[in-house]
Amino acid sequence: MAFGAAPTRCICRPGVSYSRGSQAGCTMTYLEFEKPLAEIEGKAEELRALARKNEAMDVEKEAVALDKKAADLLRELYKSLDPWRKCQVARHPDRPHCKDYIEALFTEYTPLAGDRNFADDPAVMGGLARFNDTPVVVIGHEKGHDTKSRIEHNFGMARPEGYRKAIRLMDLADRFGLPVITLIDTPGAYPGKGAEERGQAEAIARSTQKCLEIKVPLISVVIGEGGSGGAVAFATGDRVAMLEHSIYSVISPEGCASILWKDAEKMREAAEALRLTAQDLLKLGVIDRIIAEPLGGAQRNANAAMAAVGSEIALLLDELREKGPDLVPERRRKYLAMGAKGLAA
Amino acid sequence: MNWISNYVRPKINSLFSRREVPENLWTKCPECGTMLFHRELSENLNVCTSCEHHMAITPRERFAALFDGGVFVEVPVPDPVIDPLAFRDQKKYPDRLKAAQKAAGEKEAMLVADGEVGRTPIIAAAQDFSFMAGSMGMYVGNAIVAAAERAVMLRRPLVLFAAAGGARMQEGILSLMQMPRTTVAVQMLNEAGLPYIVVLTHPTTGGVTASYAMLGDVQIAEPNALICFAGPRVIEQTIREKLPEGFQRAEYLLDHGMLDRVTHRKKLRDEIISILRMLMRQPQAIVADLPAPSR
Repeated sequence: MAFGAAPTRCICRPGVSYSRGSQAGCTMTYLEFEKPLAEIEGKAEELRALARKNEAMDVEKEAVALDKKAADLLRELYKSLDPWRKCQVARHPDRPHCKDYIEALFTEYTPLAGDRNFADDPAVMGGLARFNDTPVVVIGHEKGHDTKSRIEHNFGMARPEGYRKAIRLMDLADRFGLPVITLIDTPGAYPGKGAEERGQAEAIARSTQKCLEIKVPLISVVIGEGGSGGAVAFATGDRVAMLEHSIYSVISPEGCASILWKDAEKMREAAEALRLTAQDLLKLGVIDRIIAEPLGGAQRNANAAMAAVGSEIALLLDELREKGPDLVPERRRKYLAMGAKGLAA
Repeated sequence: MNWISNYVRPKINSLFSRREVPENLWTKCPECGTMLFHRELSENLNVCTSCEHHMAITPRERFAALFDGGVFVEVPVPDPVIDPLAFRDQKKYPDRLKAAQKAAGEKEAMLVADGEVGRTPIIAAAQDFSFMAGSMGMYVGNAIVAAAERAVMLRRPLVLFAAAGGARMQEGILSLMQMPRTTVAVQMLNEAGLPYIVVLTHPTTGGVTASYAMLGDVQIAEPNALICFAGPRVIEQTIREKLPEGFQRAEYLLDHGMLDRVTHRKKLRDEIISILRMLMRQPQAIVADLPAPSR
């Protein structure tokens, strides 16, 4: 059956191969299903490079035609992403990560470290910050953006210290009446020896419990991957929003495929069956909002995606501000009632 | 083989159909290999008489041994939506459910009961590992919520026996949502000031360990039970090294401060009675006065 933790990860994930093309000087990472797009954009770029070398050549018309073709294809590709493609987009290395959101949407971010028991966990960022001038506590998983920082942040896979740090920060927020905003982006909790010895399960259980206890608003946004118990520990909020192409699941499609299909290559079927897309989760009543992403996903226009998340958080904060003492009972009722209607919800 | 066996055997087999011969008169202990006679084994609460290995025990057998005189009343559990995701892997989920119901002879993976232990009225819930690996889906969530609600209503403690391979994958995100859901149930008990005792049995893993099974006021485990979040295989694949002997077993967790006690199944009942009565500030149970369990 499903273990809450993530399966083994390496920098390049199984099932996702990247081809690199260049666009306007910066490197763009294409997903496997975006290959035809990479070809067209590559051609347009080559044409323009040629023209730069040879001034007499006029290729602009052809290049513009290719651009248009690429734009049409992009729209077509992203119009109806199947669940497995959504998984790939949700895990795209160029998507804005927790750190980017904190920089873009918060001011005076003051990281607070450590669980006061054992260590600080770099897979979990958190601290005090201002959101539109309102002081809040922000907590999130950070995956890292290059090899070095990914290793440093353990690919966003938290150890017990990460959850215990979050518990401490939620307590702080509760004591001083600050709303809590959590940003979810993790393949799952880290399946390591030390993590188990130090009580991974207990840390997650207590973190979920803390989410259900605090008397301040708790807003969770799944910005990439909501991986199982590692995600629930922070995502048990009053309101849970998901980016359009993010995922939230009890197990990774690869893990599910290898258990139920006895074949890790059946991840497409597993992704389909698990109903892990934001759209399905809204139907199931597990999440409250979907935040639209820019065309081609958050990785193509990080600023627009982050701005959209920002305005959603602002809306939700306003909505919750008036609740006062009703918050905790309402939050508990919400989770008690969850799933009662299945897909008919 | 000679002509006699070739000729005679089919006839004899056809005379005794398989069902008439009890199949599991003998059980082989998976730990030490000793052949154990079924009556002896069940009298010993499915603990190997030779090596003390604790084998799986069904909720009904567990309750029969736990409650005074083996008497308990089942607490009704509201039915969830069957197959909420219309899940299909190599088989349809409803077909898997039906097969599990037939094999286990139970409706789902958890049984809730109301009864007395040492004349202390309690609510007990037990997870059934023989039913789809005891996995936690909507039904198990409903069972825990029902158990907590009843405990709060009658002002009784809750004793929960956990055993699970983790979340019920066929219920996808809704199985994951049982983590917060069951946590709310535990909070109801906490806030009502009622004891919540968890007995972790072999194996308790995944999202079950990471929610209600780790939130007890007192955490007891049966000897050698595997208790973990990520299973040993997943960890070995991740860190690419062999795990130490006894890793993630009850005694290992006790050494690492994750449990209060490791207790032999045959001593559990007395221990539960004693702990509950102290937490409820009731006088010590008079041992001679206690009705014996059904066996």
